[in-house]
Amino acid sequence: MQVENKKEFRPKIVAFCCNWCSYAGADLAGSSRLAYPADVKIIRVPCSCRVNPMFILRAFQRGADGVILCGCHPGDCHYTTGNYYARRRMTLLFSMLDYLGVEHGRTRVEWVSAAEGVKFSTTMNEFVEKIYSLGENVRLEDLRCKRD
Amino acid sequence: MQERLIERAKELLAEGTVVRVLGWKRGDLGYDPEPAYFNSPEELEDFVYDGFCGANLSKYMIQAGKLEGNTLVFLKPCDTYSFNQLIKEHRVNREKTYIIGVGCKGTLDIDKVKSAGIKGIERVSCQGDVLKIQTIYGEKEFPFQEALLERCTVCKGKTHQIYDELIGAEEGEEAGPLGNRFEMVEKLEAMSPEERFAFWQKELSKCIRCNACRNVCPACSCLKCVFDSNQFDSAQKANADTFEEQMFHIIRAFHVAGRCTDCGECSRVCPQGIPLHLLNRKFIKDINEFYGEYQAGEDTESRAPLTNFTFEDVEPGIVSERGGRH
Repeated sequence: MQVENKKEFRPKIVAFCCNWCSYAGADLAGSSRLAYPADVKIIRVPCSCRVNPMFILRAFQRGADGVILCGCHPGDCHYTTGNYYARRRMTLLFSMLDYLGVEHGRTRVEWVSAAEGVKFSTTMNEFVEKIYSLGENVRLEDLRCKRD
Repeated sequence: MQERLIERAKELLAEGTVVRVLGWKRGDLGYDPEPAYFNSPEELEDFVYDGFCGANLSKYMIQAGKLEGNTLVFLKPCDTYSFNQLIKEHRVNREKTYIIGVGCKGTLDIDKVKSAGIKGIERVSCQGDVLKIQTIYGEKEFPFQEALLERCTVCKGKTHQIYDELIGAEEGEEAGPLGNRFEMVEKLEAMSPEERFAFWQKELSKCIRCNACRNVCPACSCLKCVFDSNQFDSAQKANADTFEEQMFHIIRAFHVAGRCTDCGECSRVCPQGIPLHLLNRKFIKDINEFYGEYQAGEDTESRAPLTNFTFEDVEPGIVSERGGRH
């Protein structure tokens, strides 16, 4: 077992997962014993369209280094059309964050169905890798929320 | 023009078509008219309509529609877009509104005159292409075109989208060639992320959270605003750090995305001179690129881009794909 160096950068990643597809996908990844980093903290939401821009910004404020939103594939939404609205919103929000100079790799949307445990695990591995390379989030942080 | 408006307003009041007039009243200085109600012909003596009447009166119609009796409102061409948008959102009462569309040659920015070193301004009058400025140091002249507000240099057009009658609509029709309203947005997009971040930090750190941009915006008409909620520590206080500055402005712009008519009121009222329209225009530009050309307030029926979708919409990954260069 490796002793953690306190100075080493461990990204904090928030994953918003929709209850019906992606959360079940994460479950499948777990029960299939597929590995993905423990840096990913999952927050279950009823639908990807439940996530409003404030959620994403608040996650960054509270120290997240990356935020990923997972939902059902377009066309498969449990509520029929929720993810179509989420798709438009997130496209505009990500574009705006990029416009303000926040690195565009820090935010991502991925469609993961309940049968795609493998996709969930590879997506999370990729995303964590990306955040490692981007380093700590400093452009959208609230210093008062930094613990150490 | 001003006389014609006052005369017509008096007629309508006398006829009983309307019981009050919503217009602009002479302010304390020669260049700061303010929105006001006029309930009688006598009060109309203070009515003013000149280049400094930039205030968009459509938002006041939300409250006016709840009062008893009909209201006469004067709307400039760009204000009619906002009024249409409010009709679409069921925020104003069209039946209780009598709209006079007024002609507009463009509205003026007193700060542009002041920054040219003209001090002690008492009166400003427009003669052709020149502003005659009466100051305590004597009369000065200033070119009209150079005193225009930024929004008027990229005017959407002089056509009223909704009205009951028009007065002086021929004014300003022969306006010269207009700039590209996305020019500055494109310039920012071409910068590196570091430069963009520095640009916005410089601008947004000036924000004193006076909420003027929110209060004046015709699209910002929620009864309860997210920024008034005491559930958030961002409620009603000055921004404490860069995050709060960014959050307020991102969320403010996002909440009007797809509904913003680009009337430019936010930038006009900002006491700190933050170019807030650049945030709104970024959303407008993205919506145009991703979901097809859309002008909020052009009609009262169509669905706004964010309350609509198609199966073939672009994926959010497009932002990374184009390398953050757009």
